[in-house]
Amino acid sequence: MRRGLGIALALGAAAVAIALLSAVPPHARAGTPGADDQYLSPSEMALSPDGRLLYVVCERSDQLLVLNAKQGVVLRRIRVGHIPRSVAVSPDGRQVFVTNSWDDTVSVIDATTIDAGTRAATRTIATGAEPYGVVVDRAGKTLYVANRISNDVSVIDIATGVQRKRLMAGHGASYMAISADGSRVYCTHVYPRIGAQRTVPQSEITVIDTAREAVVERTPLDGVAGMFHVAVSADGRMGVVAQMRPKNLLPLAHVEHGWVFGHSLTVFGADAGGTIEVPLDELERYYSLQYGVAITPNKSRIFVTASGSDIVTVIDTERLLAFAHGRRRPFVNDLSASANYVMGRIAVGKNPRGVAMSPNGMRLYVANRMDDTLSVIDTASNKSVGTIDLGGSKNISALRRGEQLFTASRYAFQGQFSCANCHIDSTFDGLTWDLEPDGFGKDIVDNRLIEDLSGTEPFKWNGGNPSMAQECGPRTDMYFYRSQSYSPPELADLVDYIYSLPARPSRFRLPDGQLTAAQERGKAIFYRTVNKFGKAIPEANQCAYCHSGPKHTSQKQFDVGTGKWTDRSPIFDTPQLVNIALTAPYLHDESARSLEEIWTVFNPHDQHGATNDLTKDELNDLIEYLRTL
Amino acid sequence: MKPPILTALLLVTLPLAGTVKSAAVKPAAAKNAAEASTTSMPLFRWENFTTANGLPDNHVFAVLVDGDRVWAGTENGLALLEGGRWKVLTPRDGLAHRVVLSLAIDKSTGDLWVGTMGGLSHISAGRIDTYTQLNSGLSNDVVYGVGVQGDFVWTATAAGASRLNTRTGEWSLYNERNTPMAEIWTYAVSTGADKVYYAVWGSGVLEYTIATGRWKDYTDPDGENELVLFRDQGLIHKITTSVSYVDNTLWAATYFGDSHYDGRSWHNFLTKDSGLPSNFTNQVKGLDATRAWFCTDKGLAYYDGVNWAVYRPALDTGKPEMYIRDASGKITSVPVKTAPAHNYMLSIDFEGDDVWVATGKGLSHGIRQK
Repeated sequence: MRRGLGIALALGAAAVAIALLSAVPPHARAGTPGADDQYLSPSEMALSPDGRLLYVVCERSDQLLVLNAKQGVVLRRIRVGHIPRSVAVSPDGRQVFVTNSWDDTVSVIDATTIDAGTRAATRTIATGAEPYGVVVDRAGKTLYVANRISNDVSVIDIATGVQRKRLMAGHGASYMAISADGSRVYCTHVYPRIGAQRTVPQSEITVIDTAREAVVERTPLDGVAGMFHVAVSADGRMGVVAQMRPKNLLPLAHVEHGWVFGHSLTVFGADAGGTIEVPLDELERYYSLQYGVAITPNKSRIFVTASGSDIVTVIDTERLLAFAHGRRRPFVNDLSASANYVMGRIAVGKNPRGVAMSPNGMRLYVANRMDDTLSVIDTASNKSVGTIDLGGSKNISALRRGEQLFTASRYAFQGQFSCANCHIDSTFDGLTWDLEPDGFGKDIVDNRLIEDLSGTEPFKWNGGNPSMAQECGPRTDMYFYRSQSYSPPELADLVDYIYSLPARPSRFRLPDGQLTAAQERGKAIFYRTVNKFGKAIPEANQCAYCHSGPKHTSQKQFDVGTGKWTDRSPIFDTPQLVNIALTAPYLHDESARSLEEIWTVFNPHDQHGATNDLTKDELNDLIEYLRTL
Repeated sequence: MKPPILTALLLVTLPLAGTVKSAAVKPAAAKNAAEASTTSMPLFRWENFTTANGLPDNHVFAVLVDGDRVWAGTENGLALLEGGRWKVLTPRDGLAHRVVLSLAIDKSTGDLWVGTMGGLSHISAGRIDTYTQLNSGLSNDVVYGVGVQGDFVWTATAAGASRLNTRTGEWSLYNERNTPMAEIWTYAVSTGADKVYYAVWGSGVLEYTIATGRWKDYTDPDGENELVLFRDQGLIHKITTSVSYVDNTLWAATYFGDSHYDGRSWHNFLTKDSGLPSNFTNQVKGLDATRAWFCTDKGLAYYDGVNWAVYRPALDTGKPEMYIRDASGKITSVPVKTAPAHNYMLSIDFEGDDVWVATGKGLSHGIRQK
């Protein structure tokens, strides 16, 4: 009865929210996160080798803040590139490197001039597409950068700024760590490998031998999708990865059974004797979106941020390893296990992300991305002993509130997950989900990108939700969170935030934004009205008929022959094509692993556009054009 | 899988091959040949691998040496010899197809590219990713040749050439529409810092200049005529099977003899005027501008710029055989106790002084004897 009442209240509240929102066109409420410079969004940190200076990357303000770590005072605010994501310091402390994810560069800062007042980077170095994690080798000569869009690792000569090579990494390469002896670099990935449809997600830890500058191992992680930070113990015998385990092959109706997300660590290396997956949730409480991770120098404790739960979890390493070695079978889904090795949960600020540990292991700094502060944790007592205000605006706007809601998991049943679990860093997750309570394996749907959504309504693959308010309100209450979630004002803020998300710049156009010759040929195919034999293509079979307008969607639903026996209806909403190159696999159920397969495998009767008269060259051209959208 | 015309052409080749066979019988009559040339040519002790000692299939199409590791592309999987043990990868492991036709290593990353009868596989630290004509821009699933040039992976397929930009994922296709390729049956590719060469079955050799992005073709000046009217006038034949670009020099193999091109002059090799044991050459691989190895249907030949050495089981008795032909045409038999697994040679690779040879009946390791 109580749950029923809760749902009824939620539906009522959501209806009010929808009514409020419908009065204001979405585009009029939208803004761009980058335009609001009063917020900082600190996300990642690094300490100078002597522990004196703390470098803090601020995603929102495009800055690197330099703090006196002991005093907690901001000394400098250094302008870097657009949407910086990570920072690394050279072993001698003389250079600082910041990855700029939208510029595809690394900013190089001369740390020796910081005391003299420097406020700018001395130079920038080109990387792969969307650089995230960065580490410097022990000689201070080579930079390793994880590139999220190009799915690789740039190996860069620091002196010349030349990319010596790119090493193939996993899908969405993002976070890195280097072993204390400098012999190995570890890379993790936010998206699972693109594999066969409806199979258990697979990820990997990519291991690079720094002497050879080559990938020498890919540690497979079955059932893992969404890997974040990785850390390695000082003795090199233990590595730890923060990660998610989505239960996406099951209907989402089972939220109450904990069958949507598990939040865990992978422990690897000699101490683990291989790889061990360790749950961090509890029976009735989840700690969502594990993100930052640090190991004390003496290896006694592991600290992990639960970015959706505003918590830092403290793990007793000795008890963890003893417990793990005593279990004969995998226990990653045993929610009672964490009580055996979790020694504390420390409340911190909103959306805790990256961490940095002082060289002596006494202090842990936590970047609270959504309230522009750092939490300082005393690692001996496992208590928060201070908060450093980085100087962001205290006036919280609707957009900011919306972003805070987007990352907060407290609205879901038992705090299992937030929007950000599936829309990692406000993108997607590379998974299909069984959302509706209509039986196992029915109506499987691809999780779509949420960039530049204005003008792409309705939502859902069947076009069933006419507005974002309905998508995020009653639908989320009923099918996702299984509990009363957002109040009407909160829902309005959340919708504002989602509509404000801009499209990332295309990495596939020429530097001046123009199209290559192949892309121009592909564009002509996209807009053609006559086939190669001079015969008119029926209007409904022309690419640009369904994929029309600025977002390349007519906002209408069609049967393009891609329905399966598992679908209740073969009619699907026309998806927008914004940044379509980034979101493989494709089609409503991710049955097409690549853009090519949409037409080579799933369009035998030309229902999904007239393409069967195209040669392989021409299909390649069409795809080259689509990749620019 | 070879075109029907090939069968007819093979009939033309056979008499020439017979001539070589008889030449190979002669060495016993040349015992007193000059010692200088015999001692300068490499001697090998051959160790052979077959299904009896771990190879998944005796039909070996390609071999590649990567330090201490040897990869062998066979008709039934990709075999890796490491630490004295064979490991086999098949489609069950994610390989594109069980028939492995070509191999290339990216020396920068250590990754292996594998051309098969069912697509192109990329092996990196044990992970296998496969590109096919359905799931990618690859022009055709039959990948006869593969080569790495910087960030680009070039493939020779049954439907033209493909180039994958590994940084952007873009595929570029090259065929009769945008190159001088009259036939699109590309058999082999060889990459260099400045040029990429293709052996095109029926269209001679295609040259791609990286700086300009332009293609140029080299064909047999005699055209359809199977006779060589003028020696060294150009590519020996347009039915090319293999190319090797090294030290700014092109080596080209055909089913009707082989060619050497230094950018200005051509020099051709036929059984009648060289030490080639057969004009039917499956692969040529240059060591440098003057030295090369030739994998023919009647043995393995080494050319040091002056002299020739041939290694094989004797065509009549099957006993180990090695002979040397010097610049004057004298043939000297070299007594040997071992030979490659078979005389039908398909591919060669080398590491240091040793050679590895893929044959129709096993993989052979030639261990250099001092």
